[in-house]
Formats: sequence, C-alpha cells, structure tokens
Amino acid sequence: MTAATQDTAIRTGRITRTFIYLVLVLFALFYLLPFFVMLVNSLKPLSEITGGNMMALPQDWTIAPWASAWSTAQIGVEATGLKPFFLNSILMVAPAVIISTVLGALNGYVLTKWRFRGDTILFGLMLFACFIPFQIVLIPMARMLGLLGLAGSTPGLVLVHVVYGLGFTTLYFRNYYSAFPTELVRAAMIDGAGFFRIFWRIMLPSSGPIIVVSVIWQFTNIWNDFLFGASFADLDSMPMTVALNNLVNSSTGVKEYNVHFAGAILAALPTLFVYIVAGRYFVRGLMAGSVKG
Amino acid sequence: MTTTTDVDFRTRLQDWIPKLVLSPSLAAMLVFVYGFIIYTVYLSFTDSKMLPSYDLVGMENYTKLFALSAWTTAIINLAIFATLYIVICTVIGLTLAVFLDQKIRGEGFLRPIYLYPMALSFIVTGTAWKWFLDPGIGLEHTMHLWGWESFSFNWIKDRDMAIYTVVIAAVWQTSGFVMAMFLAGLRGIDNEILKAAQIDGASNWQLYRRIVIPLLRPAFLSAFVILSHLAIKSYDLVIALTGGGPGRATELPATFMYSYTFTRNSMGIGAASAVIMLMTIAAIMVPYLYAELKEKGQ
Repeated sequence: MTAATQDTAIRTGRITRTFIYLVLVLFALFYLLPFFVMLVNSLKPLSEITGGNMMALPQDWTIAPWASAWSTAQIGVEATGLKPFFLNSILMVAPAVIISTVLGALNGYVLTKWRFRGDTILFGLMLFACFIPFQIVLIPMARMLGLLGLAGSTPGLVLVHVVYGLGFTTLYFRNYYSAFPTELVRAAMIDGAGFFRIFWRIMLPSSGPIIVVSVIWQFTNIWNDFLFGASFADLDSMPMTVALNNLVNSSTGVKEYNVHFAGAILAALPTLFVYIVAGRYFVRGLMAGSVKG
Repeated sequence: MTTTTDVDFRTRLQDWIPKLVLSPSLAAMLVFVYGFIIYTVYLSFTDSKMLPSYDLVGMENYTKLFALSAWTTAIINLAIFATLYIVICTVIGLTLAVFLDQKIRGEGFLRPIYLYPMALSFIVTGTAWKWFLDPGIGLEHTMHLWGWESFSFNWIKDRDMAIYTVVIAAVWQTSGFVMAMFLAGLRGIDNEILKAAQIDGASNWQLYRRIVIPLLRPAFLSAFVILSHLAIKSYDLVIALTGGGPGRATELPATFMYSYTFTRNSMGIGAASAVIMLMTIAAIMVPYLYAELKEKGQ
C-alpha cells in the first residue's frame, strides 16, 4: 500500500479535492471523538465531569482515577481494582493464542501439503464452525466444563477459546500455505525429510506474516471476548471485559465516571498496543486472505 | 509416495502422521461444535427449565417462543439493527475507501485513525458511547453549555429510538474495517483499465459506477457476510450500551437467549432461540462458504 503507483489513475479537480479532504477529516474526528472524551475525562476529578463540559481539558489534572481503576475500585463485592482481572486476561490469552496458532499452522500445513480424500469437506466443516453464533454452544459448553472439572477456571476458558478459534487460525494458514510452492515440499520428501522436519525447516521459516495475522486476530478476539467470560468464569478467573462491565454497571454509590473511563482505557490498552505495533501487517495479511481468496 | 516398493514402516508412518496431527482439532470440532449443536437442538425439543431435561415436548418451545412479545421485539430490533448497520457501514466504508484512494496526502496518518476502533472491545465502545449519548452529561449537555439551548439528543433514553444508538456505536466500531476491505479491493484494480476508459472520455462518476464498483463485487460480498455475521452475534455492545433497555427496547436475539437460558430458567426456550439464530446465520454463510470452497477447489 506504500507505492504511489498503486493509487487510482483517476484525476480530480480542486473543488472536489477540497470536499474529499473535508469529508476525510470529519470522519477522522468522528472516530477520534469518543476516545478523546474518555481520555480527557479520565484525567479530571469527578466534580469537573458532572458539573462541566466533556470536551474541555482538565483544569485540575489528576491520575487518581487511573490509580483507583487499577487497584482500589469496587468490582463486585471486593475493592480490588481491575488489576487481578487484567492478570486473569493475560493468563487466559497467552496460552490460548499460542495453542490455537500452533494447531492452526499444523492444520493448514496438512490441508495444503498432505492432502487426502475428503480434506475439502473437513475444511468446510471447520470453516463453518468459525461463523456459528456462540449461543448455540453455551448450554452444552457449561455442562462439558463441569464434567471436565474446568468450570469457572482459567484453563476452562483457554479450552473454549482454543476450540472456537481453531477454525480461523486454520483458515489463515491454509490460505497462506496454499500459495507456497508445493515443489519445495516434494523435493524435501524425495530427499527423505519427514513431516515435522519439512514443517520446521521449510514451512515455518517463511510463515512470519501469517503468524502475525493469526496472533493479532486471536489476541484481539480473545482479549475482547465478553460472552464466554461472562458465561463460564467465576470471580477468580473473570477476564478484564467482564470486570470492566461490572465496574461500569455497579449500582452502588456514586457513579465515578472518571474511574470508568480510566478502566475502559486500561481494558483497551493491550489490543490498541498490539494494533499500533503490528496493525499494518494485520490488515495487509487479512485482506490477502479474505478478499483475493 | 512415488513407488510401491518402499512401503516400509517408516513411510507408512509418514502417511499416518498428517492425519494424526489433524485429528485432535478434528475431534474438538466434531464434539464442541457439531456435537454441541445437536445437543442444543435436542434440548430445544425438551421441557428443560433451570437444568437440562430429556423429556421431549415436540415443538412446544418454538410455539411459545414465537408467541413471546420479547422475542418479537428482539427479531424486529435485529432486522432494524442489521439492515442499518450493514447499509451504513458499507456506504461509509466505500466512501472513505474511494476518497482515500485519490492520492491523499496523510493517508498513512488517517488510515489508523479510521481503523483503531476495531481493536477495541464492544464493552469499551459501549462504555464510551453510553456516556457520550447520555443527555445529562454527554453531547446534549455539552451543546447546551456551548449555547445551543434547544439541542436535544436523548435517543438512548427513548424506547423508540434507543436501538438506533446501538447502530451508531456499532457503525463507529466497524466502518473503518469495512473501509480497509474496500481499499484493498480498490488497490487490486488494474489502473490500465481505468486509463483506457478515460481515453474513451468516461467521466469519474461513470468510471466508478460502470467499472470500479462492479469490480469490487468480492469486497462487497465479504463485507456483507462479515457484517451480517457480526450483527446476528451482537451481544456485548447491547449489554454495555443499554443493557437491553430502556425496558426491553434494545433486546436482540443474543441477549434474549442469554436471559431466558441463564436467568429466567427457561432453557428449552433459550435453546430454541439459539437454534433460530444458527439457522439464520447458516442461511447466509453456507452458500457463501460453498461458493468460496468450490472456487478454490478449481
């Protein structure tokens, strides 16, 4: 997307261009505004919010709301802040992302380079699984986690996210590997290299871009998940999104909007960070997979 | 794999390894997706209340479900929400993509601004917009402070208008992503075609309407499939933004299913509503996936 030659050949007049710039800037403001408002108001004392203008910069800058959201705010019954739930989310996200990406890579490798009869149907089944509404699995999943002794635990949530993320990771790696020259794999087979050696020495070294896509996709989806967290976690394993929702909707006492905003930004920071660091690769890779097909 | 003479143990093992590697994922898929679907479908024909029961009652849950006014509200809301969400996201996404594609200075600066909302959780989006749209402290209040006394925007408190605030927040979150899909499509179009048409005297408007938009068909299709899938699954945003309220005004099938199953002890009806949701998504996804796979198989 960097080369100017990729831009359209269409030429536009000066008035049209002014109009185009105006629209683009207005939309930029539309996208920035809610986040700006959250950030500005998370740095104000509560009195300035309820009495003042949400667009105004703080008169009295304070980081107390951030400190409160992180370590002392009331979540449910206890005043623990969001810190323990942030850790819960990390303990849930890290293994779930790694496991689902590794399995997705192996699946994609099998489905493109070790094809067998019926593999397209299998892949179709996996692909459809990406798109089911999760409501259809909530009830049996609750029973299954109970049977496995994983109810209300972080390993239980890891299992859930791995299972329902597999379809996507398999899809990404399959699409990526299908463009990878099969001759190289054939040549390695003739030289006597086995399944895992080919994967390790030939496929993995050139999988960088798609690993980035898979990791970002899984990380964002799992970190941002609310439905599974709300359904299957108990207080000790509750992820960040559920805790944030509890914080914002707790009915007791004064609504501390500044604390809510600080909490919301804390919940958004990891995905925003990942997006800012590696977002360009994500969009590029995602488009290569989904639009061109 | 090439000759039949070297079928020793090693090569036979090599034949099995790929299938062995695939089997855990496959087993998980069969149990956790397809097995669970069958289980939920079965439950939807039973008299399950707080706990699953295995006594069949025929179509009773489905009859009850469609007689419930809360379900009717949820379906109507979904129709309003999904239609507006898909149409507005597509229009905004396409407009921004076409505009950004005009050799815009600062594109590298604007693109991440359009895209960052998709990195956020719907809970965060809901928290931000809930407050922003609250007449007492948000936009309306600010406009009053700035001297526009008659300005009124209280949709979020209005039973008839609240569903549209869900649309606003959802469009804010996803339209930049749709823009990226269209932009990728636009960048894939061969400029020679456009130049040839220009030489033939086509105006910009004609170029887009006759050549560019038809060439973007795959991007339109992908956007439609992704957006409709997101719309039907929408749960978190409603919970964070309106909690389904005021009253029941912003109930969607996803929130309906959750409350009937887990808080109202009507698991049978909850299961039936989940089955309807699955069938709706399948009606959209299966033809699309079938076409995709068939195309790739060629």
